[in-house]
Amino acid sequence: MTWLPIALLAVPLAGAVFLTPRQTTRFARLAGLVFSGVTLALALILAAVFDYGAAARAQFQVDLAWVPGLDLRFHLGVDGISLPLIVLTSLLTFLCFIVPLAGKQGSPRAFAALILLLEVGMIGTFLALDLLLFFVFFEVVLIPMYFVIARWGGPGRRRAATKFILYTLLGSAVLLLGLLVIWSFTGSLDIVALASAGGAGMSPVVQILAFVAVGLGLAVKVPMWPLHTWLPDAHTEAPTVGSVLLAGVLLKMGTYGFARIAIPILPDGAAAVAPWLGALAVVGIVYGALACLAQRDLKRMIAFSSVGHMGFVLLGLASLTPVGINAALFGNIAHGLITGLLFFVVGGIKDRYGTSDITALGGGMLARAPHLGSVLTFACVASLGLPGLAGFWGEMLALQGAFDPAEGLSRPLFLVFMAIGGIGTFLTAAYFLVMLSRVTHGRASTAAQGPFGDVARHEWLAWTPLVALTLVFGLWPSALLTVTDPVVRTFLGAP
Amino acid sequence: MIQSIDYAAIAPPLILAITAGLVLLVDLLLPKSAGISRRTAVSVPALAGVIAALVAVVLLALGEDRSTFCVPEGLRVEGLASCSYVADNLSLVFAGVVLAAAVVVILLSMGERGVPQGEWYFLLLCALTGAVTLPASRDLITLVVALELLSLPVFALTALKRHDGKAGEAALKLFLVSVVSTAITLFGISLIYGVTGGVHLDWIAAALPTDRNVVVFAGGSPEAAAIAERILGVVDLGLVMVLAGFIFKIAVVPFHFWAPDVYQGAPIPVAALLSVISKAAGFAAVFLVLTKAFAGLAHLWAPLVAVLAALTMTVGNLLALRQRHAVRLLAWSSVAQSGYILAPLGVAGERELSTVVAASTAYILIYAAMNIGAFSIVTLVARARPRDHLDDYRGLYGTNPVAALAMAFFLVCLAGLPPGLAGLFAKVVVFREVVVGDLGWLAVVMAVNTVIGLYYYMAWAARLFAPAEPGVSRTRLVSAPVGVAVAVAVVITGVFSFAPQLALSVLN
Repeated sequence: MTWLPIALLAVPLAGAVFLTPRQTTRFARLAGLVFSGVTLALALILAAVFDYGAAARAQFQVDLAWVPGLDLRFHLGVDGISLPLIVLTSLLTFLCFIVPLAGKQGSPRAFAALILLLEVGMIGTFLALDLLLFFVFFEVVLIPMYFVIARWGGPGRRRAATKFILYTLLGSAVLLLGLLVIWSFTGSLDIVALASAGGAGMSPVVQILAFVAVGLGLAVKVPMWPLHTWLPDAHTEAPTVGSVLLAGVLLKMGTYGFARIAIPILPDGAAAVAPWLGALAVVGIVYGALACLAQRDLKRMIAFSSVGHMGFVLLGLASLTPVGINAALFGNIAHGLITGLLFFVVGGIKDRYGTSDITALGGGMLARAPHLGSVLTFACVASLGLPGLAGFWGEMLALQGAFDPAEGLSRPLFLVFMAIGGIGTFLTAAYFLVMLSRVTHGRASTAAQGPFGDVARHEWLAWTPLVALTLVFGLWPSALLTVTDPVVRTFLGAP
Repeated sequence: MIQSIDYAAIAPPLILAITAGLVLLVDLLLPKSAGISRRTAVSVPALAGVIAALVAVVLLALGEDRSTFCVPEGLRVEGLASCSYVADNLSLVFAGVVLAAAVVVILLSMGERGVPQGEWYFLLLCALTGAVTLPASRDLITLVVALELLSLPVFALTALKRHDGKAGEAALKLFLVSVVSTAITLFGISLIYGVTGGVHLDWIAAALPTDRNVVVFAGGSPEAAAIAERILGVVDLGLVMVLAGFIFKIAVVPFHFWAPDVYQGAPIPVAALLSVISKAAGFAAVFLVLTKAFAGLAHLWAPLVAVLAALTMTVGNLLALRQRHAVRLLAWSSVAQSGYILAPLGVAGERELSTVVAASTAYILIYAAMNIGAFSIVTLVARARPRDHLDDYRGLYGTNPVAALAMAFFLVCLAGLPPGLAGLFAKVVVFREVVVGDLGWLAVVMAVNTVIGLYYYMAWAARLFAPAEPGVSRTRLVSAPVGVAVAVAVVITGVFSFAPQLALSVLN
C-alpha cells in the first residue's frame, strides 16, 4: 500500500494541472469536487487500512533518493499524529468545493486549481519524513494561499496578502536555518532517525539555538503571540474558503512541526525553551480573548479567537508531557473542525447580510433564519469549549498538562500558566456569548438587508460533517487520543 | 622547438573565432539583392556557431581530459606539465554554461533594433571566444589575455547603440573600470612572477610553501627564513592585486559600482551577457587562481573572501531594495548573488577545496539558468514598454499569462523559495558549506540577506498579477526568438528544480 501517500499527493496535483488550460473553465467546480473527492476517499482508505496497533511506527513509507548530493530523500510516511491531520485536510478541502466557488472576482478555474495545489502542499507537509522535504511542502502552501487572498479577497486584500507572505517568508528563512543547523550537526535529514536519536550529536547550546530558529519559523505559522499580526488581516480579507483552509489546516502545520520536529529532535532545546513557549502561549490566550471582546467584525473576531485557541495548543506542547502534547494534537483537530465550521457559517452570513459587522447584523438571527442561527450558536458554543463537544478536550487536557509539567520544568511557573489559561477560557466564553446575544437573540432589525433564505442544501452538505465530527470527538475523545498517544509516548520516551 | 597543438581540445574557442570572422565577412560581402535580410544572414550563422561549439564541449566532456600548449618535455622542471590550456571537467562545465547562456543571448539579440548587425554578432562571438578560453587557461598570461578578449568587445557592444547618451556613458564607465582593474592585475602578476619565476598555475603552486612554515621553505637557515618571510609578503600583495583585478569583473564589493549603470545603459542582451557569461567566466578565473595556484595560502585568502562575500550580498541586496528600474534591480540582485557564490570559498581553509568549488559551481549553474531567464522576460517587456520600470510589469498576467508565469518562476527561483526549487537547492548547498565550515556568522548574514532578497523579488512577482495601471499599453508581446529563449531557460531551470543533482555532481 505504499502507493497511497504518493496517490494522496498525485491526485490533487493532477487536478491542478487538469484545471490549468482555459478550456476546463466549465468543469471547474465539478473537477474540484471529483479530484478532492478522490483524495478524500484515498485518505479514508488510508485511515481504514492503517495499523492502529502500531500507530507509533511510520507506515506506508516511501523512501526514494531525490538529491543524493544534499542527502535529500523523497521520504513519506504516515503515523498516528499525521493520520488525523491528513484526513482533516482532505475533508476540509472537499467541503470547500461543495459551497460555491468564489466566482465574482475571477475565474473559478484558477481558484479551484489553486485550492488543489494548496492541498498538495498541506498533505505533503503532514506526510513528509525528511526535513528538507517538509520545508519544501511547508513553503509550497504559501504561494497559492497568497494568490487566493490577493485575488479573491475583500477590499483590503492586497495589503493583507503582502503581510501574510512577508511574515511567513521571514519565518521560513529562519526555519530553514534551524533545519540546516540540525543537519550540519547530525548529518541526517531523516525525521524518523533523528527523532529516535533524540538530539544525539548536538550539544544543549546547539539544540537551544536550533529550537529557537525552528520554533520561530513555526511560531509565525501557528501563530504565536506576538507574531500573530498577519493573521487577523489575512483571515478577514480572505474569501470564505481561504479562511476555512487557513484556520483549519495551515495553522496546524506550525503546531504539527513542533510535535513532529522541534520537540522530538531537539529535546534539550525544548526543555530549555518550554517556559518561554508556555509564557507566550498564555499571553496569546488572554490577548486573543481580550482582542475578541473588542472586535466589531464577526470574521475578525473569529480570527482572533484562533490566536487564543492556538495558545492552548502551544501551552499543551510547552508542558512536554504526553497529556499536554496529546491535548495539542487533539486541539489541532478540534480547532480545525470548529473554526472551519465557524468560517463557513460566517461566510454564509456575509453572503446573506452583505456584511459581517456585528452592529450592522443587528439581532434576531434565530428569528429570521433559525437554522443558520442554530448552527452559528452550535459552532460558537463548541469553540468556547463546552464539555461534550470537541473544543472542550483540547483546552482541558492542555490545562491538565500544565498542571503537571514534565520533569525539569518549573511546576509553580506552569501552575501560573494554567491559572491564566483558565481565566482565558472564561474570557473566551464571555466574548462568544456576548456576540451570540447581539447577533442571534433580540428582535430582528428592520429588513434593511431584504429577505433571504435559511441554510441551503449545499450548505447543509458542507456543514453537517463538521457538526457531526465535533459531536463525535466531543463525546468520544479517545477515538482520536488512542491514535496519537503511542507516537507521543515514543517521542517523549514515556512508558 | 615544435609545439604540437591538440586541435580537438581547443575546438570550442576555435569554432567561435572562425564563426566570428565568417560573420564579419558575410556582413561585408552580402549583396543587397541576396533576397535575405542582413539580420538573418548574420544571426543564424552566429547561432549555429555557438551551438556547434556547445556540441564540441559536450563531446569533449564525454572523452578524456585533454591539455595542450604545454611546456615541452625537455624544458619541464620537477616534472610539471605546465599546460596553458586544459580541457578538463572544470573548464568544460564553465564553457558549457557560457555557451548555453550564449544561445539565449543570441536569441534575445535577434530582435535588437538600431544596432549594426554584422558588428554586433562579430563582437559577441569574440567575447564568447574569450569567455570559453578563460576557464581553460592555466597560466596567468593566458588568463589575462582571455579576460581582455572577453572584456574589450563588451565595451563596444555596450556603446553600439549610437545616439544613446546613456549607452555611451555606460561604455566609458565599463572601459575605465576594466582597464584600471587589468592594470592592477598585471602589476600583481609581475610581483608573483618575480617571486616564483613562473606564470603557470601549477608552477606557482609548487614554488610556494604549502603552509607558512617558512624556515623549512628556506632550507633551515634563519637568515634565509627572514628573507623568505619578506618575499612571501610580496606574494601576498601580488595575490591581493590579482584578485582585485578579477573581482572587478564579477562586481564584488568594493568594486561593484559600475554594475547598475552599465547594465542599465547597455542593450539588455549585453546586460544579460555581463550578468551571466562574463560573471561565470570571471568566477572561473577566481577559482583557478585561488585553488590551482594559491591553494597553499588558503588560510590567507579565505577569511578575506568570506568578508567580501558578506559585504557583497549585503550591499547588493540593500541597494536592490530601493530600485524601481527592472534592469537596475537585476544588476544589484546579481551583485548580491555574487556574494552567495563567493561564500563557500570563505571556508576554503577548513574544507576540501574541491567540495568548496563544487558548491560554488553548482550555484553558478543554477544562477545562470534562472538569471538569464529573468533577463529574457525583461527583454520581451522592455520592447513594448521601454521605460522598463517595475510598475510596467503590472497586469502582465492579464495580457501575457505565459510570460508572467515564467517571470514569476524565475523570480521565485532567484528568491530561493519553493516552487522555485532550483534556487532553494542552490542556497542550501552554499549554506551547508558555510555551516559545516564553522563560519556561523556568515551563515547568519546569508540568512538575513535571503530574507531581504525575498522582499524585492516577491514585490516584483506580485506586480505581475496586480491589475494593470491605466495608460500602460496592453498589447500582447510576441517574439519568436525570445519565446524560444524563455523556453530554454524555463526548461533548464525546471530540470535543475527537480534534478538538482545534475548541477551538484557536475564536477565529480
